[in-house]
Amino acid sequence: MARITAGVGCSHVPAIGVAMDSGITEQPYWEPVFEGFEKSREWMKDQKADVIFLVYNDHCTVFDASCIPTFALGCAAEFAPADEGWGPRPVPVVKNHQKLASHIAQSLILDEFDITIMNEMEVDHGLTVPMSVMFGDKGPDDKWPVLVVPLCVNVVQYPAPTGNRCYNLGKAVRRAVESFDEDLNVVIFGTGGMSHQLQYKRAGLINKEWDTDFLNRLTTDPVSLSQMPHVEYLREAGSEGVEMVMWHVMRGALDDDVTEVHRHYHVPASNTAVGHIILENKTS
Amino acid sequence: MGMDKDYEDIPGTFVFDADRGREGYHLNQFCISLRLQENRDTFNTNEESYLDAYPMTAEQRAAVLNREWNRLLELGGNIYYTSKLAANDGINFQDLAGIMTGMGREAYRDMMLHGGRSPEGNRYQSEWDKKEND
Ligand SMILES: [Fe+2]
Repeated sequence: MARITAGVGCSHVPAIGVAMDSGITEQPYWEPVFEGFEKSREWMKDQKADVIFLVYNDHCTVFDASCIPTFALGCAAEFAPADEGWGPRPVPVVKNHQKLASHIAQSLILDEFDITIMNEMEVDHGLTVPMSVMFGDKGPDDKWPVLVVPLCVNVVQYPAPTGNRCYNLGKAVRRAVESFDEDLNVVIFGTGGMSHQLQYKRAGLINKEWDTDFLNRLTTDPVSLSQMPHVEYLREAGSEGVEMVMWHVMRGALDDDVTEVHRHYHVPASNTAVGHIILENKTS
Repeated sequence: MGMDKDYEDIPGTFVFDADRGREGYHLNQFCISLRLQENRDTFNTNEESYLDAYPMTAEQRAAVLNREWNRLLELGGNIYYTSKLAANDGINFQDLAGIMTGMGREAYRDMMLHGGRSPEGNRYQSEWDKKEND
């Protein structure tokens, strides 16, 4: 049986990808950002994960305004890094566990989560930056050491799905994974955030206190956290901070009781507070 | 019956909702077309003729040609789209924020290095109105 053993929450700031791709991670500006992921890379290796179920959003790269699915599940055989306006990131093509993905698609829809099925899709920094920070530098000719099932969530056009919906979707993803016959170790990533605002006159907003509280409650009080209304994310964590609803999918897929094994928080990476947490199911 | 937009009183912020998405549709579709090099080349050769393919309003078109970054958002643009136009011009997210906030590149970068913009006094429009009247 396949099972979800752990969850990772992680910012996916594009500038982190640029810093890795241009080899400047040891500069004083970036050093504290990457230091917090050293333990994570060791942990990731130890997990011997077969598959990452990766929850992220597209940033008006692959999805234009003509079609805006709330939840889009990647079912293609592979996903190439997309050109976001400055050339595709020089990282490996992401390979899917296609059989698992189509099983999850079928299971989710029968479980009343009417997701969109993507049989062709490129992926932007929302997916590739978390892969890079957790698995380290890889060039276009290398291979990622895991397969990836991507779930792309609309958080650009308001409203994003509610935290409650995301949390319950996580539970449905878990049911789907656990009803798949192959013996697989699946780790789930929820990405985006933390507090940041990229636009207009309030750009640059950072709310460390709020972010810290979010991380605390994600571990110990996830159900009440998932009830937070959108307006609180927008007001307290910045207009782009609403991305953090995606972390609830990850949390919902884990046990109620989890162990926090690692946390990292740093301001700034470009316009953004970098947040990162690793949670393990106690049962596994 | 209208929807209650409880997010409209956040200062210095546009929430890109369905109404904005509708108003900004052609503008945003133009912006995203610039993510591909081939399109950037055509646009950079002749901006006016490239824009003819996108039936945006005269105000939106002027804001594109004049690179009025805040105006683009006021007219239904979304930052993830307008950043593609900025990238075409060699302006990254952080420098674009420096322009939009009116702070300039260095002061904005410095603010971020010192922990960013505090939420204190920046949660409600009324707080900004009060500051202006003081
Ligand atoms: Fe994002």
